[in-house]
Amino acid sequence: MSNDPFQPWEDPNATPLIRFENVTKRFGGFTAVDNLTLDIYEKEFFALLGASGCGKTTLMRMLAGFERPTEGRITLAGQDISSVPVNKRDINMMFQSYALFPHLTVADNIAFGLKRSDMPKSEIAGRVEEMLDMVQLSQFAKRKPHQISGGQRQRVALARSLAKNPKVLLLDEPLAALDKKLRQETQFELMDIQEKLGTTFMIVTHDQEEAMTVASRVAVMNAGQIKQIATPDAIYERPNSTYVADFIGEVNLITGKITSDTEKTCEIAWDGGMITAQPRTKLAKGTEVCFAVRPEKIAISAKKPNAANAIQGKVHDIAYLGNISTYYVEVAPGQIIKAQLANDRRLSRRSFTWEDPVWLSWTDTAGIVLTE
Amino acid sequence: MKRFTFFNITSLTLGFAFLYVPILILVVYSFNSSRLVTVWAGFSTKWYGELLQNQAFLDAAWVTLKVGIFSSCIATVLGTIAALVMVRAGKFWGRTLFSGMIYAPLVMPEVITGLSLLLLFISLGVERGVMTIVLAHATFSMCYVSVVVSSRLVSFDQSLEEAALDLGCTPFDAFKSVTLPIIAPAVISGWLLAFTLSLDDLVIASFTTGPSATTLPIKIYSAVRLGVSPEINALSTLLIGIVAIGVIIASLATKRAAVHRKRQEEAARQET
Repeated sequence: MSNDPFQPWEDPNATPLIRFENVTKRFGGFTAVDNLTLDIYEKEFFALLGASGCGKTTLMRMLAGFERPTEGRITLAGQDISSVPVNKRDINMMFQSYALFPHLTVADNIAFGLKRSDMPKSEIAGRVEEMLDMVQLSQFAKRKPHQISGGQRQRVALARSLAKNPKVLLLDEPLAALDKKLRQETQFELMDIQEKLGTTFMIVTHDQEEAMTVASRVAVMNAGQIKQIATPDAIYERPNSTYVADFIGEVNLITGKITSDTEKTCEIAWDGGMITAQPRTKLAKGTEVCFAVRPEKIAISAKKPNAANAIQGKVHDIAYLGNISTYYVEVAPGQIIKAQLANDRRLSRRSFTWEDPVWLSWTDTAGIVLTE
Repeated sequence: MKRFTFFNITSLTLGFAFLYVPILILVVYSFNSSRLVTVWAGFSTKWYGELLQNQAFLDAAWVTLKVGIFSSCIATVLGTIAALVMVRAGKFWGRTLFSGMIYAPLVMPEVITGLSLLLLFISLGVERGVMTIVLAHATFSMCYVSVVVSSRLVSFDQSLEEAALDLGCTPFDAFKSVTLPIIAPAVISGWLLAFTLSLDDLVIASFTTGPSATTLPIKIYSAVRLGVSPEINALSTLLIGIVAIGVIIASLATKRAAVHRKRQEEAARQET
């Protein structure tokens, strides 16, 4: 294995496998996808993340061929597929409901697509065996879908959609029906299979943890547009807008005005005082900005710490989540900042409790200054 | 709580008596050796023997069977297509009118359906016979098939068909190899319903028939007008027997399938 990180999107010479070029999709007066341009590269595990109704499913269904773009075009390996019917596309889809054929056995479900391809009849049985092996369901080949468990059904659906060895596999909320524990196991299984086969995967989900775990890149969608495309860590650490920052994980969003603009750092004045931060670009004095800082990057202490930003407040509320606790600290009347602390000691030895005066502090690189 | 109170037992008995005593009398008198319907003169099966000799009744039964099979097949195909359109096509101009027109025959008086079809056949100059009865029966039983099939299609997960398309099926292939097998029970019960409706229809058949084709209900009705004969009783008993056996077989099959499926699901649950 090479040590080069897999980042074809950084390579200007790489040609994307899938291109959405200015794609718009309207349903009557409703615009589901709005002038969207997107490149997806071979062997990527690409996640489309967004709240329900943001257009992510429509985008996927256009790629699968169930919907036609109203405007723009979609290319697969350089060929315009906008007018290719669904049954002629080299793309397969795994449905949210799995859509297993109830009247066929597990093996016949997997063979269904192969029988309609140009694969010789003699090779189909072998291919089905291979797929059953991959998802470890060989002993269930003769069962009907209603005779196996939900997790097994999910794996049959995966095997069926991969049997024809498509260029792209689309996964529509593939794990939504599984319980949390099984979902986490299955996420790693999916990643293993994707890595082994090298097929390009595109997953649609509203579960940000799932998207962050499995994907090489995540696109956050809202109202038919892509707000940001980046690796999971970049999406989390360097969101480009308050929407993305707020959508992924927990965040404190503090609005204020730039009061000084030196080369490296800037000062932001807000209702609770001043904040020192490092903006990505130079910002003019008086610019309205939003300062976003993740709760786990804020430290809590009893005495005033020596940090770039320190602010005093009173513990207003504590949310105990087991491994961590979130402290809601009131720093000014009506202004609450969330800070997270790992519960590395037992609850009875907790240092702070309700109404305690505390200091919150963070470094000048902990947060991010957003203008959008 | 006591389930068998005096009131419950009485109402149950009266209810069943109201439904089944007339039929019971008919069955009992079919074994009457006397030609007089109302006088019991001892047990005999001779009327059944005579029935089998009666060529007119046998011909009528054959016509009824032909009409039933052809009309229910036509009605099943048309009704299924109509149900598909109604459930799948979404909104289109005239949808309400169209669906109303499909379901109208359900509440249309049979006399009117029969009369209007008769007028149509006369004005077209079609010679009335088996063919016209088949057409008439297909027309009115189509809506029953459509109701049965569309109630199944409403709960049909459309992603199944999409999955079939995605795996390389043409739309027709997807319908044939995925949708049809899954909705088959509804289509079959629609067919059975249409067949039964055709078997016992008297009004529409008598409007649309010609001299060459007499169905069993028409034959029975005209025979009864000349007086109830024990032969008619025997024929009716046979019909009741056939229908009862059919119903029992159908319900046993349904029940066995349900039990079988439940057991398999139980087994799957225990293994995982």
